[in-house]
Amino acid sequence: MKIGILALQGAVSEHLTMLNQLDVDPVLVKNESDLTGLNGLIIPGGESTTIARLMHLNQLMEPIKLRAKQGLPMMGTCAGLIILAQHIHEQSDVHLGILNVTVSRNAFGRQRDSFEQLITVKGLEEAFPAVFIRAPLVEDIGEDVEVLATVDHQIVAVKQGQLIGLSFHPELTSDVRFHQLFVENCRSVNKNI
Amino acid sequence: MNNKALGTQRVKRGMAEMQKGGVIMDVVNAEEAKIAEAAGAVAVMALERVPADIRADGGVARMADPKIVEEVMQAVSIPVMAKARIGHVVEARILEAMGVDYIDESEVLTPADETFHIAKGDFTVPFVCGARNIGEALRRIGEGASMIRTKGEPGTGNIVEAVRHMRTMQRQIRQIANLSSDELMHQAKEWNAPYELLREVHTHGNLPVVNFAAGGVATPADAALMMHLGADGVFVGSGIFKSEQPEKFARAIVLATTHYQDYGKLVELSKGIGQPMTGIEISQIEPDDRMQERGW
Repeated sequence: MKIGILALQGAVSEHLTMLNQLDVDPVLVKNESDLTGLNGLIIPGGESTTIARLMHLNQLMEPIKLRAKQGLPMMGTCAGLIILAQHIHEQSDVHLGILNVTVSRNAFGRQRDSFEQLITVKGLEEAFPAVFIRAPLVEDIGEDVEVLATVDHQIVAVKQGQLIGLSFHPELTSDVRFHQLFVENCRSVNKNI
Repeated sequence: MNNKALGTQRVKRGMAEMQKGGVIMDVVNAEEAKIAEAAGAVAVMALERVPADIRADGGVARMADPKIVEEVMQAVSIPVMAKARIGHVVEARILEAMGVDYIDESEVLTPADETFHIAKGDFTVPFVCGARNIGEALRRIGEGASMIRTKGEPGTGNIVEAVRHMRTMQRQIRQIANLSSDELMHQAKEWNAPYELLREVHTHGNLPVVNFAAGGVATPADAALMMHLGADGVFVGSGIFKSEQPEKFARAIVLATTHYQDYGKLVELSKGIGQPMTGIEISQIEPDDRMQERGW
């Protein structure tokens, strides 16, 4: 099974380290041709404005949008969540616009407000060590969106069909459970492959 | 850990990891910051004068006026870094209190302390520091730096010193990885490197923090060269806004950093972007005037 990591900017090697611990073939995605034959795609943390700009300049925005509509599973962490979102608070332009949520950027404040916290996640038995870095929050969700985790009653993890969006960075921990969850998701969608 | 833990090592180093593959640009006002953000910079470094001007003007270079830093912070949504003088604990505390996202304890400014660097582990805000070799890098990490960059020779538009520093660090990392464990203490002594950190490099085969290139990057090809040599990303100081067409230059350097192995793309990126900044040959700078000699 081939799982892509959008490799334009950000924590690419950290996601690669996670996927290397699972039974999948990771693919670094820089150009449209790299999307061929993927069974899932991870959009990493980084700077969302930079990643989005590079997606446009590399003609990746429309091809990825199209694959999402065709049901390709995707997981976005931090900046990746912002890139998936349909609405961005106080910002008119959105990026992929495929995950039915409104996100608010740098919602916890600046870097000095970045933090780690053990959080309870729906579907995971033990608490998860979540690392929030200049993190976004999910302010509002559509009807078909399931909340997976909250911090102080604010939404930090969601799932909508084949899409997972996280405010935090599982790739900065040694806890592989979110990547496992995502890979299982990809497997169930691609069970004929 | 049911409560929020702020300013942890993971949060500080993680912030630098999110900048990987990106370009951090020096800016002196809100307008330049917006140009940098629009071009795809992952962060901006807010300062009063770029290194080339500091070099030309002479005198004592200090932390920027907080008003300039605040203006930049209000103008962009990407992280904002700012420089404090080596050893100037109070400049660093002022920048932290303002909410700057990263502090560069920088040799570009005139050092405030000839012996001691800032105890960076005491801060909630993360620090980046320059280094010329692995010993210097590990001493800074030992003090709490969460990100390392080559010193290069700032404000020259000449890549040779950054290349020397990056090659030296990469070679020394490979050497450490190949040592047997009973040789590590001797090597730590030879390179004036903290033993525990040297051991960590030995175990993992790389630095425990992100390592960027800085000091002399002037063209898209320079940025790509530093990525080729193993840099995690690139700082561009004078190179953008001292070039003829900053917008084009900024965008070309961002793309060259992402596609550093795609030579066909680098041809296109290097075309028709106007003159880069004027460079300085290193031998023309008296050893005492070289910024890389500041700090230890």
